[in-house]
Amino acid sequence: MTEKIAIPLNVNGEIREVVIRPADTLLDVLRNELSLTGAKPGCLNGDCGACSVIVGGTVYKSCIMLAVEAIDSKITTIEGLKNSPIQEAFIKHFAFQCGYCTPGFIINIQALLEKHSNPTYETIKEWLSSNICRCTSYEEIEGAVFSVVEKSSDE
Amino acid sequence: MHIIGKGIMRKDSLEKVTGHAKYTADFESKKMLYGRLVTSPHAHANIKQIDTSSAEKINGIRAIITGENLPLTGEEMKDRYPIAKERVRYYGEVVAVVVADTPFQAMQAAEAIKVNYEFLPVVNSPSEALKADAPLLHPDLENYEKINMVYPVPGTNIASKTKIRKGNLEKGWQESEVIVEEAFAFRPSDHAAMETRAVFAQIHPDGMIELTASSQAPFMIKRLIADYFNVELGRIIVNTPLVGGAFGGKASVQLELLAYLATKAVNGRLVKIVNEREEDMVTSPGHIGLEAQVKLGCTKEGILKAAEILFLWDGGAYSDKAIDLSRAGAVDCTGPYHIDNIWCDSLCMYTNHPFPAPFRGFSHSEVHFAFERTMDVLAQKLNMDPLELRARNAILPGHTTPTQVVLNSSTVGNLPECIRKLKMLLNWEEGQVIDVGPNKVRAKGVSCVWKTSTIDPDASSGVILTFNKDGSINLISGVVEIGTATKTVLAQILAEKLKMDINEIHVQMGVNTQSTPEHWKTVASRGTFMAGRAVLTAAEDVIKQLKSLASFLLRASTEDLEVGYGKVYVREEPKQYIPIKEIAYGYSFPEGLSIGGQMIGRGTYILRGMTHLDKETGAGRPGPEWTVGAEGVEIELNTRDYTYRVLKAVAVIDVGKVLNEKTALGQVKGSMSMGLSFAARETFRFDREGRVLNPQLRTYRPLRFGEHPKYEAAFVETPHLDAPYGARGVGEHALIGMPAALGNSLSTALSVKINYLPMIPEVLWKMKERGK
Repeated sequence: MTEKIAIPLNVNGEIREVVIRPADTLLDVLRNELSLTGAKPGCLNGDCGACSVIVGGTVYKSCIMLAVEAIDSKITTIEGLKNSPIQEAFIKHFAFQCGYCTPGFIINIQALLEKHSNPTYETIKEWLSSNICRCTSYEEIEGAVFSVVEKSSDE
Repeated sequence: MHIIGKGIMRKDSLEKVTGHAKYTADFESKKMLYGRLVTSPHAHANIKQIDTSSAEKINGIRAIITGENLPLTGEEMKDRYPIAKERVRYYGEVVAVVVADTPFQAMQAAEAIKVNYEFLPVVNSPSEALKADAPLLHPDLENYEKINMVYPVPGTNIASKTKIRKGNLEKGWQESEVIVEEAFAFRPSDHAAMETRAVFAQIHPDGMIELTASSQAPFMIKRLIADYFNVELGRIIVNTPLVGGAFGGKASVQLELLAYLATKAVNGRLVKIVNEREEDMVTSPGHIGLEAQVKLGCTKEGILKAAEILFLWDGGAYSDKAIDLSRAGAVDCTGPYHIDNIWCDSLCMYTNHPFPAPFRGFSHSEVHFAFERTMDVLAQKLNMDPLELRARNAILPGHTTPTQVVLNSSTVGNLPECIRKLKMLLNWEEGQVIDVGPNKVRAKGVSCVWKTSTIDPDASSGVILTFNKDGSINLISGVVEIGTATKTVLAQILAEKLKMDINEIHVQMGVNTQSTPEHWKTVASRGTFMAGRAVLTAAEDVIKQLKSLASFLLRASTEDLEVGYGKVYVREEPKQYIPIKEIAYGYSFPEGLSIGGQMIGRGTYILRGMTHLDKETGAGRPGPEWTVGAEGVEIELNTRDYTYRVLKAVAVIDVGKVLNEKTALGQVKGSMSMGLSFAARETFRFDREGRVLNPQLRTYRPLRFGEHPKYEAAFVETPHLDAPYGARGVGEHALIGMPAALGNSLSTALSVKINYLPMIPEVLWKMKERGK
């Protein structure tokens, strides 16, 4: 078996040192080494988006990314978001039920809004079609996204 | 009403949007061991040999468990070893469980186990299973231990047969002037809840068995482990934190048994097993398949006279909940109509397919697809508006159900009113098919629905209310929070009853079967009804205690007191009051003398009047009430390449009473979404050998963002008198009509009969071009 290595990860504004196998995925390291369990395993195959995190300003599915690939990048997980407009909009629009896919959706929307302050519907659709929600009808999530977009374009 | 009906914010909101909500797999401990399953790559085979020698040599392996010396299990009939013994009967069946120090080691060992199989012929559909020369999947059928209402046919692949005999079918045909007959089929599929099933278990030094499981049925896990493994009930504790979607799939008890066996194999050490997505889809129970034949007869005026129905359920390799599913399908086999003469045989068939769990709607979307499609075929033959045909036959108070329950205005909702509202919302008068060319049509399809719950007649639900010293209340119920916001609604019911601020009600989200009163299972849209009644009883208990203590302090008899707004007050002189917080923990006199103590309220509710069904006729009362609804979709179809989009989906449900507008809408729209996804895209793809070819979310593809139509939901409110504030079940019903409504819209648009699911363009193309 390969030797474990110690690496620093910049997570939610804190430098955290972890001792891992080089083959460990970012999702496993976040969850098991750092107890950041907001990113969820859903398929471990990049199909469902429940594990989404932001790495260097881009959304990644942390289940198909190695932790070592994220060295030197700023990682933002759902735990790093506090009172963001999209979190508040999710509550107001009942954009979740069981809540399991919610961190992935919120992280994905956060990254989307950081890249595109006034995205078209096609852009929103392109981004969000990478995540699966099994409880809501998606209309609630759409409502939450639109409310944040409208608010920011009013300002 | 001060809080009932309002869209109150969910009590689990902040936990869930911040990523702090904890689900079973999120709990980790350094002392955990990890279990990993070895599953069968074949659908039907004898196990000749299992070679674990190289797996045992891998570092960190603590146990390898195979299927010897295990009891038979099954909720209605015991026909399944938790780990296969001598023979596998479905693709994905567990043949061994490995326990190791790390997940990685467990995976290595699982891959190193070599199993030698001898192939057996595969039964790949329920109709194949019924053939006289079909391989027998369970030669021991007659010896299996079973509960009430299970009627296997030994020497066949029929795990159970439910019969509905109402009226006189021959007379029905004689009175019929128009008759149609249709056949339907679809394969098993899956719930695909985003959280895969997870469980961890340990046995404490004092013998207490403790499991934490992602489940809708923690109390059933406790009961079944006690039963299967001969353990004292009180020695088992099951915890259930928040659950990441369930949809019926987590009402079955399967992975939990493996976790118990795993911890037992390592002297009670803590062992965690989390399903991979592939295992969650095929190894753990999925969504049942069905083949159905429906024959209907009516007069020229469209009055239904006879229904003859055969259901062949794809019950998979083991009967577990499939028997109950086949029974529930028989109970409401016709859809919400008044029909005097009904004959139905509902056969739960063994096949070499993954076995089913309940699926949201509990057989009703499946049955309604067959029945409501046939209703449209009948309407076409009559040259009658399909909604008019449904309205003419709508079930009403005074009518009887297929199991001969006489309905009244409390036990059934108002279907004609649902149909009337649906007409408006769908703009039905505009016409069912509109050419918007070139090669494009818009088309509408409808379906009516009904459903009762067929849960155990002795199912009960309990609630405990404990006061905090500041007068706030902890609400403790055995309902599992699977996403439906039931615990928020329970808080609303309590806040309404005690006329108090909902923010002063603290809901315990998790369940611990030792300290939480039992709620049978969080299934069948019965959480709000049963736990809601228990809340009301517990609230009465608290009110009585508050009044009793306040009576001395206010020098007024209890009859003259009221409770509300944080006070106990004299009805006629509200200014004479005592704050609840001053007596919630008893009352202390100025000199220190104290009476009372912490106030604790209790309530329990058991369903009233349920009976077993008669073996020969099916007569009996399976559930407390029938929710009804009328649903429709509007699609835009490309008639050249058969692709289509659902533009709009509408559901009008008689919910009795809306308790929380937002969460009720969420349930209805979410149900429609799941129903459309099932109808339009979801199925297991089996090869000839019965292997599932698409057990992952890349190839099994539910609806995604942007593919959703516009949803409209509307409510009718005909109270169910037994229920809190009259509310009927609403968690499943909007799903039920979606497959039939979609099928009816596509069939009308293409002028062919689309009787297969899922309705992908290829199926439409095949059906349309077949005749050419």
